[in-house]
Amino acid sequence: MTEADAPPPPGRASTTRLVGTTVLLALRAIRRHLLRSILTVLGIVIGVFAVVTIVTLGKGATESTRQQISSLGANILTVLPGQAAGRGGGGETPPPFKFEDLDAIRDQVAGVTAVAPQAQSSATAVHNAANWSTTVNGTTDSYLDAQDWKIEDGRRFTDAEEQAGKSVCLMGSTVKQNLYPGEAPVGSTLRLGNVSCTVIGTLATRGAGGFGQDNDDTVLMPIKAVQRRFTGNRDIRAIIVSADPAYDSADVQESIAKLLRERRNISGGKLDDFTIFDSRQIADTLSGITNILTGIVGAVAAISLLVGGIGIMNIMLVSVTERTREIGIRLAIGAVAREVMLQFLVEAVVLSCLGGLIGLVLALFASLGLAAALNVPFVFDPWTNLTAFLFSGLIGVVFGYFPARRAAALNPIDALRYE
Amino acid sequence: MPEAGSEPLIRLIGVTKRFGSGDAAFQALKGVDLDIMAGDFMAVMGPSGSGKSTTMNILGCLDVPTTGSFLFRGHHIESLGRDQRALLRRRYLGFVFQGFNLLARTSALENVELPLLYRGDDKRARRAAALAALDQVGLVDWASHTPSELSGGQQQRVAIARAIVTHPDVLLADEPTGNLDSERSLEIMELLTRLNRDRGITVLMVTHEAEMAAFARTVVHFRDGLVERVTTGALAA
Repeated sequence: MTEADAPPPPGRASTTRLVGTTVLLALRAIRRHLLRSILTVLGIVIGVFAVVTIVTLGKGATESTRQQISSLGANILTVLPGQAAGRGGGGETPPPFKFEDLDAIRDQVAGVTAVAPQAQSSATAVHNAANWSTTVNGTTDSYLDAQDWKIEDGRRFTDAEEQAGKSVCLMGSTVKQNLYPGEAPVGSTLRLGNVSCTVIGTLATRGAGGFGQDNDDTVLMPIKAVQRRFTGNRDIRAIIVSADPAYDSADVQESIAKLLRERRNISGGKLDDFTIFDSRQIADTLSGITNILTGIVGAVAAISLLVGGIGIMNIMLVSVTERTREIGIRLAIGAVAREVMLQFLVEAVVLSCLGGLIGLVLALFASLGLAAALNVPFVFDPWTNLTAFLFSGLIGVVFGYFPARRAAALNPIDALRYE
Repeated sequence: MPEAGSEPLIRLIGVTKRFGSGDAAFQALKGVDLDIMAGDFMAVMGPSGSGKSTTMNILGCLDVPTTGSFLFRGHHIESLGRDQRALLRRRYLGFVFQGFNLLARTSALENVELPLLYRGDDKRARRAAALAALDQVGLVDWASHTPSELSGGQQQRVAIARAIVTHPDVLLADEPTGNLDSERSLEIMELLTRLNRDRGITVLMVTHEAEMAAFARTVVHFRDGLVERVTTGALAA
C-alpha cells in the first residue's frame, strides 16, 4: 500500500465538481422515475404555461389597442360640445359648433394639420335587394387627411361637391362587402334612407377600432348634404382635429380650448361647455386598463405556480422516504450530509426548471395559436419568459429545501436497515 | 502480508456503547478491546445482541463509541464528526451488506461508479475503474444489467465490486452470504479470500455460519457486549 501512513483525510469534502456530479445524479434519478417526475412537475408546467400565456396575450392586446388607436391617425383631437360625463352643464344644452369655428382653429392654432367637421346620422343603405344599417358621416375632404383614410377606388370629394352639398358618397369596406358582394360600387347609385346618392369612391379597410367598433361600417357624404337631407339643421356635432406630431398635443389642446372659450363667450371662472378628447390619452388609458387586467389574471395564474411548488415538496418528501435505503447506501459509501442534501435540492430544482421549460414551450405555442385566433399581435417578451423560468427554479429551491434537509439528516445505520 | 509485531491497522481500546438514557438505557458494548492487523481476514461471530453489529458499525465509522478509543492507522478517530467519518469511509472503507443494497433500476456499471462520483473522478476515470472492479468479480459482461436482471450471487458480486472500486484498506461485510444458497456463498467467500490474499485488503466479516467463518484467518466471538475469545489463524484454517 502506497499511502499506508496517510493520515485521515482533511476536514472538508472537496467541492470541485460537486454541483456537476449532483446534477448528473439528479438527472439519473429523474430518468429512473420518469412518469412520477412528469406528474410531479405538472403543477409547475401548468402554472408557468398559464402565467406566460396570459401575460403574452395581455401584452398583445395592449399592443393591438395602441396600434388601432394610432391607426385612427397619428394624433387626433376630437372636440364635442358639452361637458365630459359627470359634470352637468347646468341644464342648458350647449350650442353646436359653426363652420367659422373650424376656420378659426385652422387659421389660429399652431400645430394643426387638418380640421374636419362631423355631423352624424344613422340610415339604412339599400342597393338592389340588399340593405344594411350604417352610419352616415357628414364631413369634408379634410376628414380623410385628419383620420388618415386611404381611397381604395374612385376619388375624393371636390370643393364644388362640398360647397353645394351634393349627394355623393364614399363607402367603407364593411358596407361595400354587404351591399356590393363581388361588384365595383363606384358610379352606382346608393339609397340611404330616402336619399339617393352617387358612389364616387370606396375606402380602404381599417379594421376594428380600440373600443371594438367597426371603423369600416360607414358612409361619408359632404356635411352640407347630411345637414340638409338627414339632420335638418346646420349643427356641427364634432370637430376632428389632427395635430402635427412635432407639437405637443397637450399644447394644441390647450390652444383650441382657449380659442373656443373666446369664441363661445365663456369668461373667467365658468367651465368649458365643450370637451376635447385626445386619442393618445385614450390609448394610454385603455393600455393601462389592459395592463391592470393582465396583472390580475396573471397573479391568479401565479397561484397555480405556488400550488405546483407544494406538489413538488409533497413528492420530494415521499421520494425521500421511499429512497431511505438509497440514502443509507450513499451515506455508507462516503457521501457527506451536504452532498445528499444538495442531491435532493438539485433534483427539486432540476425538476421544477424542467417543468418551467416545458411550460414555456407550451405557452409559446398556445400564445401563437391564441393570438392568431383572437386577432391580437403575438408579442414575445423575453422578460416574462425569463422571470417565469427563474421563478420556477426558485420554487424548486424553496420547496425542495425541507425534504432535502430531511434526507441529509438521516442516520446511515437506520437508513440502511429501513424496509 | 502484515509483519509480525507491526502496529495494528485498527485498535479498539475499552470501547463502550450505550443506547438511550435513564431506565431505557441499553449497554450494547461494555469495554471491547480488539486489534486488527492490516491484511487480516477476520470473521465476527456471536449471538444476536452480543454487540457484534454495534462493533461493526463503529469499525465502519457509521457510529461512534460512547467511551473508549478507536485508532485507525494510529490516529484517534473516536471523536470525529459526521462528515469527517463520511470522508474516512469514502477513502478507506468498503461495505458489503447482507441485502446487497444496490440502487434499483441502475446498471451494474453505474452502481459500481457511485463511490467514484463522490470522489469527484471524471467520467472516463470512473468508467475505467468501475469496469476494472467488475472484471475482478467476473461480471464485466454484465455491466449494463440492472439488479433485477441479475441473480443474488451476481448482485452480491456487483456490491463487492462497488466496495473495492475505491481501493479501500478495509472491506466490511455484514453477513454477505446470508441471502445466498451454499454454492453462491462459497463463490462469494472465494472472491473475498482472493481479494484479501491478492490485494491485501483487510476483510471484516460478520457471519453466523461456521462454514463461512472457516475462510477467515481470525475469528472473534462476541458475548454480552464483550469479546469472548479470539481464535487465530492456525485454528481457523
